[in-house]
Amino acid sequence: MQIRFLLLTSFLSLSLVPSAQAENTLRETTLDNGLRVIVKEDHRAPVMVSQVWYKVGSSYENDGITGVSHVLEHMMFKGTPKRPAGEFSRIIAANGGRENAFTGQDYTAYFQQMEKSRLKVSFELEADRMRNLLLQPAEFAKEIKVVMEERRLRTDDEPQSLTQEQFTAAAFVNSPYRHPIIGWMDDLENLRTEDLREWYQKWYAPNNATVVVVGDVQAEEVFKLAKQYFGPLKPSKITPAKPRQEIEQKGVRRVTVKAPAELPYLLMGYKVPVIKTAKESWEPYALEMLAGVLDGGDSARFAKELVRGSQIAAEAGAGYNMYNRGADVFNFAGTPSQDRSVADLEQAIRGQIKRIQDEPVSGQELARIKAQVIASKVYELDSPFYQAMQIGTLVTVGLDPKLLDAYVDKLSAITPEQIQQVARKYLVDDGLTVAVLDPQPMSDKPAHGAMPAGGGRHGR
Amino acid sequence: MAVNPDTINSMNIHTRKQRPMFNNARKIAVFAVVAVSSLLPATFASAAPVIQQWQTANGARVYFVPAPELPIVDVRIMFDAGGARNGDKGGLAQLTSGLLNDGAGDLNADQIAERFGGLGVQFAAAAELDNATVSLRSLSKPEVLQPALDTLALILRQPTFPQDAFERVRKRMLIGLRQQQQSPNAIADKAFDKAMYGDHPYGASPLGSEESLNALTRDDAVNHHSRYYVARNAVVAIVGALDRAQAQALADTLVSKLPEGEPALALPKVNDLTAAQAINIEYPSAQTHILSGQPGMSRNDPDYFALYVGNHTLGGSGLVSRLSEEVREKRGLSYSAYSYFMPLRDRGPFTMGLQTRSNQADEALKVMRDTLRTFVEKGPTTKELEASKKNITGGFPLRIDTNKKIVDYIGMIGFYNMPLNYLDTFIAKVDAVTLPQIQDAFKRRVQSDRMVTVVVGRSAAQK
Repeated sequence: MQIRFLLLTSFLSLSLVPSAQAENTLRETTLDNGLRVIVKEDHRAPVMVSQVWYKVGSSYENDGITGVSHVLEHMMFKGTPKRPAGEFSRIIAANGGRENAFTGQDYTAYFQQMEKSRLKVSFELEADRMRNLLLQPAEFAKEIKVVMEERRLRTDDEPQSLTQEQFTAAAFVNSPYRHPIIGWMDDLENLRTEDLREWYQKWYAPNNATVVVVGDVQAEEVFKLAKQYFGPLKPSKITPAKPRQEIEQKGVRRVTVKAPAELPYLLMGYKVPVIKTAKESWEPYALEMLAGVLDGGDSARFAKELVRGSQIAAEAGAGYNMYNRGADVFNFAGTPSQDRSVADLEQAIRGQIKRIQDEPVSGQELARIKAQVIASKVYELDSPFYQAMQIGTLVTVGLDPKLLDAYVDKLSAITPEQIQQVARKYLVDDGLTVAVLDPQPMSDKPAHGAMPAGGGRHGR
Repeated sequence: MAVNPDTINSMNIHTRKQRPMFNNARKIAVFAVVAVSSLLPATFASAAPVIQQWQTANGARVYFVPAPELPIVDVRIMFDAGGARNGDKGGLAQLTSGLLNDGAGDLNADQIAERFGGLGVQFAAAAELDNATVSLRSLSKPEVLQPALDTLALILRQPTFPQDAFERVRKRMLIGLRQQQQSPNAIADKAFDKAMYGDHPYGASPLGSEESLNALTRDDAVNHHSRYYVARNAVVAIVGALDRAQAQALADTLVSKLPEGEPALALPKVNDLTAAQAINIEYPSAQTHILSGQPGMSRNDPDYFALYVGNHTLGGSGLVSRLSEEVREKRGLSYSAYSYFMPLRDRGPFTMGLQTRSNQADEALKVMRDTLRTFVEKGPTTKELEASKKNITGGFPLRIDTNKKIVDYIGMIGFYNMPLNYLDTFIAKVDAVTLPQIQDAFKRRVQSDRMVTVVVGRSAAQK
């Protein structure tokens, strides 16, 4: 648990991520400098997780500096005037803590998991780096190389990730969601310390952050500690990011990605609203149910009909993330079985969509999804970390965390007709992007991304 | 859909041995997989919950920790039926495990899926190297739990292994094999295990080979199940909102109708490597993946704590470990550089790993080797040892802070016949490790001149 990592917006994202907050246990305060502090007490074990969420991520970035949020996240471990590079991690380790950070499209977050009495250690260090980061060129020069290695590891050498990256870039024209979180290699190569400094000054301030603590703590104590450590920090004038809402798509888009690989891979995505952008507030919940009907476990239609029944798919999934900051896509992804083609799989998925559009989903299916959602809401109480993640995500994209409590009720209120309606309205060709991985021979020639000796530009 | 809230931790526990199909991994993971570097050494200690232990009438060992706070029950049934039991039938353990919920008694796959789905129950079956594990998470209220257990009992006792499902799961595994072939990391893993263990069962890929999979028959799965999925070869771990009587009834529901059978026989002994071995595999990737290591330690190894605590300094503590410091922090050569011992029934691998742009692979490998050599010669500094102990013991409560972690722990304790007080004594044993013990253990157990080293990437001519 050492490596700073990206939070990739998971492709087949959690169709039905339920969320559990007992409403009465969520406590919140805002310090004078604008820092929000949210606490959920969970006294089962003498531990706590503390997370600091910043309203900045790859969807805040402009062309030319893509990846800057994530690189800055790496640099946040590289020292302040009080604590040289590496000291942060050493102090956390000496306190028995686990720490990491992640960057998403809509947020950047840092966390420590520790025995409960160490919360002040976490707060002291986080408060320090919130305003006093050094950003030394020598440290940057090393760390940017690490990030490029990370990109090679996660994207360039992973044919499915590469396909996903190209898919996203094709699906979005003017929305910043088109950029990969880790950034284009060319942008990483041309990134400068000054870009990071500017980014840090622009977004890292108490009035652009939320602290979430879940665990064996007393809310009042946490507020007191937050005031003590974060209270003295000065707020900044934050200029909110411009909306950059995606233009309306006017027809299907198709992308082929050729890369050395063994297996083909299919991605399909339809433009859909999310809670933040929906004109009809029930629509995202109907889309969420739709994802559950198709891909909510072994009894859902994809598993039953595409994997077990017709056996067209070796794997097939559907995903939708309604807690995004901007409008997103409803995804389908899959690998065809050995003797089937990507075209067969696309046809089969389209057949499933059509069936949803034509026939109301049965009451039994909906009852099963509901049972799973309700149970999952209880299961997730076993993970303080996950609960903190959910609270942090919602707050950071500008949603009320109380929505987490309303989740089951809102889903339960969805009717078969509403599922049909959103399928007819949004799962249509004019808003569709399809990407296909076209496998190229693995041997016989070096990779496309062959790197000239001595470095230089990454050739992709 | 069942999202695993413990993603980070569970990603850590599951070793590189299990390379799930990518899509599945993504579906489960809220977080991008934290790469191999985030593997905690597979030791896990628990903040000393009191473990109750008994045996069913037909010989299954049961481990139970009551957890009344949440209305949840977690169960693991572990059989000594993992990939190490495949013999010459590569892939059999995984295939058998993968077929369990494809039909049982008079239920077909759809009916089983609908029962579990309708109850909101989470079911999983997986075969690793040593064990084949079936897991269930359910709400504790009887109207959910009881039918879930009845279905699970049927799956354990009377799987039907339908021929068409057999063919489908085999095909899926063949696709899994090809998926491995497009991952330099998976290719390296496979070659590494093979070179390190040779003909020992730990050397064979759990997925088998195309040839071995094609040779499997339905009868093989039936036989594997009837030989190994038996009471005396089973451990049941239970954590949840139950009292002792309820837990006993639960265990009886699940396993009392299993045949007694026999425990699995002892595995052949893992041999030492006799010479260094270098394996280079040409692969068209931007990065070169490097693994280096040798047979490490077993779960009940007398050197367990010395090696575990020592490795914390070498490469087991993330960014503050020596390997990460030298490879990543000082030189920016890799996103992750790590070392770990994976303790198994017999000696599991000791592994060091990194990935780097191909034209700096030689440099990175040299740094890795030098770091190991220095460490084996001198061990950690007093300060490093102190820091490691503080991290391990100070973080102890985090190891057992969820029901899921506790059930994994007690399953492990049961499966490997570890002392019931393992968790209670964990901190004291870590604290008792001395510098000379670490130096001695590493000198005896890690021969830096006899390592298997696997390099997967573009060869010099193509860099």
